[in-house]
Amino acid sequence: MALLDDLRQGVIDGNAPGTTSLVKQALSEGTPAEKILNDGLISAMAEVGRLFEAGEYFVPEMLVAARAMKGGLELLRPALAAANVQAIGKVVIGTVQGDLHDIGKNLVAIMLEGAGFEIVDLGSDVSPQKFVDAVAAHKPQLVGMSALLTTTMPKMKTTLEALNAAGVRGNVKVMIGGAPVTEKYAMDIGADFYAPDASSAATRAKAAVQGR
Amino acid sequence: METHLSSKTKQIIISPDHPFVIIGERINPTRRKSLMESLAKSDFSIALEDARKQIAAGAHVLDVNAGVPGADEPKLLEGLARALAQTVDAPLCFDSANPAALTAALAAYEGKALINSTTGEEKMLNAVLPLAAKYRAAVIGVVTDDSGVPATPDARLAVARKIVQRAADHGMPREDIVIDCLALTVSADSLAGRVTLNTMRLVQQELGVNLSLGASNVSFGLPDRVAINAAYLALGIARGMCAAITDPTVPELATTIRACDLLMGRDEYAMRWIKAFRARKK
Repeated sequence: MALLDDLRQGVIDGNAPGTTSLVKQALSEGTPAEKILNDGLISAMAEVGRLFEAGEYFVPEMLVAARAMKGGLELLRPALAAANVQAIGKVVIGTVQGDLHDIGKNLVAIMLEGAGFEIVDLGSDVSPQKFVDAVAAHKPQLVGMSALLTTTMPKMKTTLEALNAAGVRGNVKVMIGGAPVTEKYAMDIGADFYAPDASSAATRAKAAVQGR
Repeated sequence: METHLSSKTKQIIISPDHPFVIIGERINPTRRKSLMESLAKSDFSIALEDARKQIAAGAHVLDVNAGVPGADEPKLLEGLARALAQTVDAPLCFDSANPAALTAALAAYEGKALINSTTGEEKMLNAVLPLAAKYRAAVIGVVTDDSGVPATPDARLAVARKIVQRAADHGMPREDIVIDCLALTVSADSLAGRVTLNTMRLVQQELGVNLSLGASNVSFGLPDRVAINAAYLALGIARGMCAAITDPTVPELATTIRACDLLMGRDEYAMRWIKAFRARKK
């Protein structure tokens, strides 16, 4: 549909006013909210992720695309709720204790939201206890941890141990990432999977909740 | 104000009246797989090669980070400190948030090291400043505190003030505190560069301490990073910054710094500029 193509392109271009007005228009024309979400917003963010991964898009372009997507999603939420459209899963995400870097974590949150997840963003410098409390309170399918420093990376292990000790580890899959983090480290500390960048984080998270 | 650093054989002075001090950033395993793997095996060959290359490119001080996942950081940092001290004469800057690792490295080091870093967080101040006082090391103070990264220059100045005060409480001379006004990336917030530059001016004016900067973050997530980093160094130097943690093996950065030294009146008869030019032409 031409309107949804325009909407998709509006998000990719980071055009926030254009995106909100196209979402409004699509709703008023009776397009199902789920279709607007999938063919407009989610499809756009998948393309933004692809462009970023390919090195064609840069961080600010991803941020403005996310801003447009979020504006559209806000408008869409009541219609999605009315149509009983569920998020594909819930993710609790944060940068581990002692680490203030939040850009990578924010990009992952953006891509996850853009892939249809509900996000509980705990911010940066998140203590193991805060992760445990959030998992208990929000009952997510996934937990995402980020660390940008070699010095803070060990907190991922501490946090996993805290999730184990609290008896909530079994209910969630844990994904980790960040500059010093490797696939091997993820396996060593008993995380479920590693994602090298925001776009693959979304792909792998989706596969994880869908049991693939 | 002069911050003195030294190895067993060489002294370096950080001061607005001396040539800009390049603290080479490359001995850091983050994002460097080959270095990380070699360090994990206590093999220092890549680190030593990094040291030589950076010094050849103009580094005056070497930042040393031994944060290898799963490794014994105190043992590794101490080992690296010893190996580097035997190989190069540049003073070292120990880069760790682990007090045990800092202690091990400082105890083994013959000279006056720089510690990277403390913040204004109580836990960090209480761990790092006593070590700096005991081993007579200088410390980089990064202007974040328990509530995170202050948004405004005034709030960052307040953190700098606190770090300087607390260092004085531990008997440290003021010149042994070097403040890092914290460069966040402009890809996430286009005002981030300006906040840091304005903070530099405030800290310089009120506290008079020397300023350093971790100067490579600012361009993260953007294309053509080197041009941004070079411009940022120049803008910082104009506001009194006299050292930076950066990569001297990137020719544009080393050249920009040398040009700034010349333009700031720290290169008499342009001798270093001319010498570097000739070396490049060979």
